[in-house]
Amino acid sequence: MSTLAVLLRKPLQPLRRPGRTDLGAWPVVAGLVVIAVVFSSLNDRFLSAENLTNLALQMAATGTISLGIIMVVLLGEIDLSAGSVSGLSAVIMTILSVNHGWPPLAAVAVALVGAASIGLLHGWMFTRLGMPSFVVTLAGLIGWQGLMLYLLGSGGTINLPFDGFLAKLSDTWLPAPVAWLIAVLIVGVCTAAALIDRRLRQAADLPVPSITRIALRLGGLGLALAAVVTVLSADRGVPLLLVIFAALVVGLDLVLQHTVFGRHMYAVGGNAEAARRAGINVTRIRLIAFAAASTLAAAGGILAASRLAAVNQSSGSSDTLLMAIAAAVIGGTSLFGGRGRAYAALLGILVIQSITNGMLLLSVDSSVRYMVTAAVLAVAVAVDSLARRGQPR
Amino acid sequence: MFSARTVSKKYGAVQALDEVSLDLSPGEVVALVGDNGAGKSTLVKVLSGVVTPDGGSVEQDGRPVRMNSPHDAQRLGVATVHQDLALCENLDVVANLFLGDERRRWSVLRPIRMERAARDLLASLDVRIRDIRVPVAMLSGGQRQSVAIARALVGEPRVVILDEPTAALGVEQTAQVLELIRRLRDRGLAVLVISHNLADVRAISDRIVVLRLGRNAGEFRTAESTPEAVVAAITGGVALAGAPRAGTEESA
Repeated sequence: MSTLAVLLRKPLQPLRRPGRTDLGAWPVVAGLVVIAVVFSSLNDRFLSAENLTNLALQMAATGTISLGIIMVVLLGEIDLSAGSVSGLSAVIMTILSVNHGWPPLAAVAVALVGAASIGLLHGWMFTRLGMPSFVVTLAGLIGWQGLMLYLLGSGGTINLPFDGFLAKLSDTWLPAPVAWLIAVLIVGVCTAAALIDRRLRQAADLPVPSITRIALRLGGLGLALAAVVTVLSADRGVPLLLVIFAALVVGLDLVLQHTVFGRHMYAVGGNAEAARRAGINVTRIRLIAFAAASTLAAAGGILAASRLAAVNQSSGSSDTLLMAIAAAVIGGTSLFGGRGRAYAALLGILVIQSITNGMLLLSVDSSVRYMVTAAVLAVAVAVDSLARRGQPR
Repeated sequence: MFSARTVSKKYGAVQALDEVSLDLSPGEVVALVGDNGAGKSTLVKVLSGVVTPDGGSVEQDGRPVRMNSPHDAQRLGVATVHQDLALCENLDVVANLFLGDERRRWSVLRPIRMERAARDLLASLDVRIRDIRVPVAMLSGGQRQSVAIARALVGEPRVVILDEPTAALGVEQTAQVLELIRRLRDRGLAVLVISHNLADVRAISDRIVVLRLGRNAGEFRTAESTPEAVVAAITGGVALAGAPRAGTEESA
C-alpha cells in the first residue's frame, strides 16, 4: 500500500452491498460531453477541426506519461518522478542527437534504455530496500530534474533542427486515405476477434454476449473512429503523434488484459500477499512496472521535445507530472491499486487537455484553469472512493 | 494415507509440538481441535511445508517424504486453505481460481479454457455463484470461502487442509461450507479441518484429534464420542462420568 493511498484512505465502513453496477467509463464520457457542450457554446472555435487537431497534438506527450503512471498506480504505488524522468530523457536524447550528431533513432533508444534503468533503480529501492514508493520517486522527482539541469548547463535550451527526424515526428500527418484504411482495419480486426471469441465460447458451452451487444459496441467504435478521422482530416490530417499515443494505449491494454504478466499486475495490485502465496514473483512484477513507468515517461518526454522542437529547463516540469497523475485518476484508475485500464490515460488526458485547451481559447487566467482542473480531479477521486466503499473489505 | 509421525518443533524455549502424530486417510474428514497455543497451526504449517519439524517425519503411504517448502507440499498433493483465504478481491472468480497457475499459450491467457474449467469445477462442488465474472469483492463470505476451497482443488490434491473455514460466517453460509467439505470427502479426498467451533466439528468430522500443549491429547470417532469428553480432552479436565477416556497422555 503506497503512502499516498494510505494518506488518501479514510476509515471507510463497509456498507450494505446493493446491486452495484459498474459504470465503467461512462461518467468520464458524460463529463467529456459536458465539457464539449460548455466550451463550444462559449467559443465556437472549440469544436473546429483546427482546434481539435491541436488538442490531439497536446494530448500525446502527457498522455504517454500518464500511461506510465497507470503501470505503478495499478500496483497501488505511485511514481512522482515521471515528469523529471521525461525531461531528463528528452535532454539526453537531444544532447546525443544534436551535440554529438548521433542518428536520431539511436539517441531515442539510449534515452529509453536509460529511463528503463532509472525505473529499475526505483523499483530496486522500493522492493529491496523497502522504501515507500512515494519517497523513492519523490527523491527521483528532485534528483533527476537536478541531473537534467546539470546536463543542460548554462545554455538552458537546446533546439532540435526543424527538418530533422525528431521534429518531423510531430509534424507528420496521415493522408486521409491512409487514415481511413487504418480505421477500417481496426474495426475489421475487432469484428473478427469478437466473432471468433463468440464462436469459441459457444463451442465451449459458455454464455455468449448477444449479437446486438457486439454490433452496438463495434458500431460505436466505428462511429468514434470515423468521427475522429473525418474531423482531423478536415484540417491537416490525423497527426502521427496521436497514432503513436493511441498505439501505445491499445498495446498496453492488450498486454494488461490478455497476458499472464497483465493478470499478475492486477493480482499484485489487488492483494500482494495473496499473489505471493499463489507463487507469483511479486518483486519481478514490481520491478517491471517501475521500469515500464519510467520508459513510458521517457517516451512522453521525447514526444514533448519533438512538439516543442527543443528541450529547455522547464522540460518535464512539475505541471506535467501532476497532469499525468490527474489524467490517470480521472480516467478511472484507482489509487488503491488493482483497478483501471490503459484507456484511462486516453480518457483522462482528453478531459484535462480539453479543459486546458478550452480555457486557453477563452483566455481565462491560468489560476482559474488550475482550480477547475482541481475540482475535476477531486470529483474523480471522490467517485473512486465511493465506488470502493460499496465493496466489503 | 498421509501422516505426521512423532513430529516435534521447538521455537526457542517453547515446545510447540512434542511428538505429535496424525493420520489422514482418503475419504475421511478429520477435525483438529485444541485450545489456543495447543500447536494446531504449527502442525498445519508442518503439513503444508511452511515449517520443517525438528524431529519426526511426514509420511505418505508409510514412506517418509521430503517436506521442506510449500512447493514440496504442493507436489505431494497437499493443498491448504488459509483462514484469510488469500483471494484477490479485484479479480473475478475465474482469475482467482487459476491465480499463479493460469492456463496459457506462451504468455497469452486462455480465458475460455479457464472459464470452462472453472464452471465445471464449481458445478461439481455444487457451488452456486450467479455471475463468476464479477470481482470476488462482490461475493458473500460463504461464496468467497467456497471459491478459496475450490481453488485448492485446481491442482488436484489428495489432501486438503482447511484452517477455520467457518470462523467468519453466518449460520446459512456455514451450512453451505460444511456441505462443501462433505463433498470433498465424497470425492475421496483426505480432509483436515481446524476449527474452534465444536458444533461444526461434530457436524462434519469422522474423527476428532485433540491437541493440548503441543501433544496428542485424545482421539475420538466423532459418532461415538460425547461433547463433554472432547471438551475435557481440550481443557485437560476430567471427563464427566460415563464418557470414554480415549486420551493418549501415556505417550507423554
